[in-house]
Amino acid sequence: MASFTPAVSAHHPTTSRRRDSGLPPGAGGGGDGRRPGSPDYRARLRRARLGLASALVSILMLFIAFTSAYIVRQGLPTLDPSTNKVVHDWIPVQLPTALFLFNTTVLLLSSVTIELARRQLVRQAALEPVASIPGVSLGKDRELPWLGMTIVLGLCFLTGQWLAWNDLASRGFYVATGPSSSFVYLLTGVHAVHLLGGVVALLVAGSTVLLHRPLESRRIVVDVTAWYWHFMALLWIYILALLEFAR
Amino acid sequence: MVAQESHEHAAPQGFIRKYVFSLDHKVIGLQYYFLALTAVLVGMFLSLLMRIHVVWPNASLPLLGDIKPETYLSLVTMHGTIMVFFVLTTAPQGGFGNYILPIQIGAPDMAFPVLNMLSFWTTLVAYLVMLAAFFVVGGAPLHGWTGYAPLSALQSAGPGEGLGADLWITSIALFCVASLMGALNFITTTLDMRARGMSMMRMPLTCWSWFITAILGLLAFGVLLSAGILLLLDRNIGTSFFVPLGTVNGQLTGHKGGSPLLWQHLFWFFGHPEVYIAILPGMGVASQVLSTFSRKPIFGYKAMVYAMLSIGLLGFMVWGHHMFMSGMSPYSAFAFSVMTMAIGVPSAIKTFNWLGTLHKGRLRFQAPMLFAIGFVSLFVSGGLSGPFLAQPALDIPLHDTAFVPGHFHLIMGVAAIFGIFAATYYWFPKMFGRMMNERLARIHFFFTLIGTYCVFMPMHYLGLAGQPRRYSQLTELTYLHHLLPLNRFMTYAAVVTIAAQLVFLFNLFWSIFKGVKASDNPWEATTLEWTTATPPPHDNFAGHTPVVYNGPYEYSVPGAPRDYVMQSDPATVTAH
Repeated sequence: MASFTPAVSAHHPTTSRRRDSGLPPGAGGGGDGRRPGSPDYRARLRRARLGLASALVSILMLFIAFTSAYIVRQGLPTLDPSTNKVVHDWIPVQLPTALFLFNTTVLLLSSVTIELARRQLVRQAALEPVASIPGVSLGKDRELPWLGMTIVLGLCFLTGQWLAWNDLASRGFYVATGPSSSFVYLLTGVHAVHLLGGVVALLVAGSTVLLHRPLESRRIVVDVTAWYWHFMALLWIYILALLEFAR
Repeated sequence: MVAQESHEHAAPQGFIRKYVFSLDHKVIGLQYYFLALTAVLVGMFLSLLMRIHVVWPNASLPLLGDIKPETYLSLVTMHGTIMVFFVLTTAPQGGFGNYILPIQIGAPDMAFPVLNMLSFWTTLVAYLVMLAAFFVVGGAPLHGWTGYAPLSALQSAGPGEGLGADLWITSIALFCVASLMGALNFITTTLDMRARGMSMMRMPLTCWSWFITAILGLLAFGVLLSAGILLLLDRNIGTSFFVPLGTVNGQLTGHKGGSPLLWQHLFWFFGHPEVYIAILPGMGVASQVLSTFSRKPIFGYKAMVYAMLSIGLLGFMVWGHHMFMSGMSPYSAFAFSVMTMAIGVPSAIKTFNWLGTLHKGRLRFQAPMLFAIGFVSLFVSGGLSGPFLAQPALDIPLHDTAFVPGHFHLIMGVAAIFGIFAATYYWFPKMFGRMMNERLARIHFFFTLIGTYCVFMPMHYLGLAGQPRRYSQLTELTYLHHLLPLNRFMTYAAVVTIAAQLVFLFNLFWSIFKGVKASDNPWEATTLEWTTATPPPHDNFAGHTPVVYNGPYEYSVPGAPRDYVMQSDPATVTAH
């Protein structure tokens, strides 16, 4: 693509007749990434992380709304038509706690592996210029496939959640059985959908070579997905605590 | 290399990549705009049917036949939903925000072009799903744009509450997802893609308004999405989030213990910020246009920014004022009431700053200016009834009367639409490279301004006289008979106003092809979009990255060679 480095003027753009002028160069605007010589990758990474932070805020709002609904619904009385008395219809669900704890362990492990995958890619990126020097050997690549392990662990977690739903159903707790069981399915289900999105993102990252995408894109996808994944792990712990301690 | 890093996609060649599945924010902006244009025509047609039905309830319309009470409620619902979501949210933000924001901050595109495209196509699918509700068994839903449960939560609650209501909720949920993608993109673009020298406090107020709108959307649409998911579960899985114990047609519904108020809280936590999502971009455009066409810097730039920020912040704390009728504790009602009236302060700051900008300006009464002044006028006259409704003691008698539609149509409906018109006339030359016809624009302006006032001002009076809203027929209410002539007058005014929109449509499409060729900067404005070619090239600045030296509204600068200084003009202005 025909493009060129813009002729950035020598004097800093600081003059204005208002007081909001005297900016240090760089403080204004997202100009950092366009410094000549600075790698494209860093600007793209920062942008992707900023986008992810915004996305996490909206996901947080979704779960805050669910939580407030949870608390409100829990406290609501209802009229029992057979006795004509006001009763509470919130029946605490017996959670498959052991299974949930196992799933939690799997998810936390996957959070560790994805962090390792992220750092692995950062290291590879840092060593790339050295490795390309002829005659320099960095030793055999015996690094573990952390990315693949994360995908497997993520799928394990999702399977575990599926088993937990089956377990709930086998004990008679369906989505519509009562308000408490509705929320158990709702919170775990929406979380699972979000985690599935993370798995898909990792699959995309894993197949960059197949998709003929540059390695940089892979690094950015893995980095952003890693932060997303940690957020999902924290969110899961929060959901579990809510279901366990606020029933 | 540098252009490539921020603009990863090269100019596409084929028709489909260029105009249909385009990644270019300019094309996506126009797609949003024309989507909103079709939506506004549908919404306007529905409102015409409602106005005709109110004054001639027995009229049989060609093709449509008699309007039954439930049909009238469907019209109310679909008019509100289509106008709020697919016009007032889509055109100012998705349309103009998408097109203009990256150019005004000196960026080659939005931060995430693919996400931008996805956001548009999701919105389009949401729109088609919404329209599909007209054509399914039972027709469109009856529950109003606010979707109050339990009416919206029970399949058997009415003819439109079957598949039609499911489609409605699905469409809203899709729209939420699309808006979240858009908001994320706007925030990242504004924070990360500004050109060198473009500090936040040098951004045009339009960019500030789109940025704040995006933050509101990011925080609000997630909550509406959660409410939509819960409602879908209630309707289709049999949960009881929103449905209390009750009977429909003498039969127990099978739900119990849910709370209709829970829906109202979730909905209005979204719904009130949504009002600002609709109006804030209009405020930005009004500021931009008033400053440009008064040849004066905007009065109190910083005050404008902080006023918008505080409107956005307060907007999240006032949702309860939509629910004074719900029997809430008077203490909460009082708190919501005080917060609501507090919004009057930043709104007044904005109004006075607009008037201060006009004061002693060298006014140029061209079409964008007329509509911006119209915006201010409508913002004031629609806003003044806000403090009435903010007080529970007044809201309770007025809530279910025509007073409330009068209030929100003036401020959220027509004022926001005037913002869209001002933006259309203002940026049309940049978008299409031609000028719109000024004489037709004036006809359009005066008929629309007077027409909308004639439609909506009397609604306040009707409301005070006790005319209920949402009633399909008023013939049985003898105490309203003497108001029938006024209602007829409003319908005639609506017909005239709608006819005036045909002038706009003709002007729009005629000017795209036959208008006078526009120069790069026909309004002698200062912001970055006027420094580039008309229409802008694929990467906005043809490989050149703009550098910003000045604030956005440097008009009539003493000692400057022209009466305006572009943001990218190097330092010729001496500090004084």
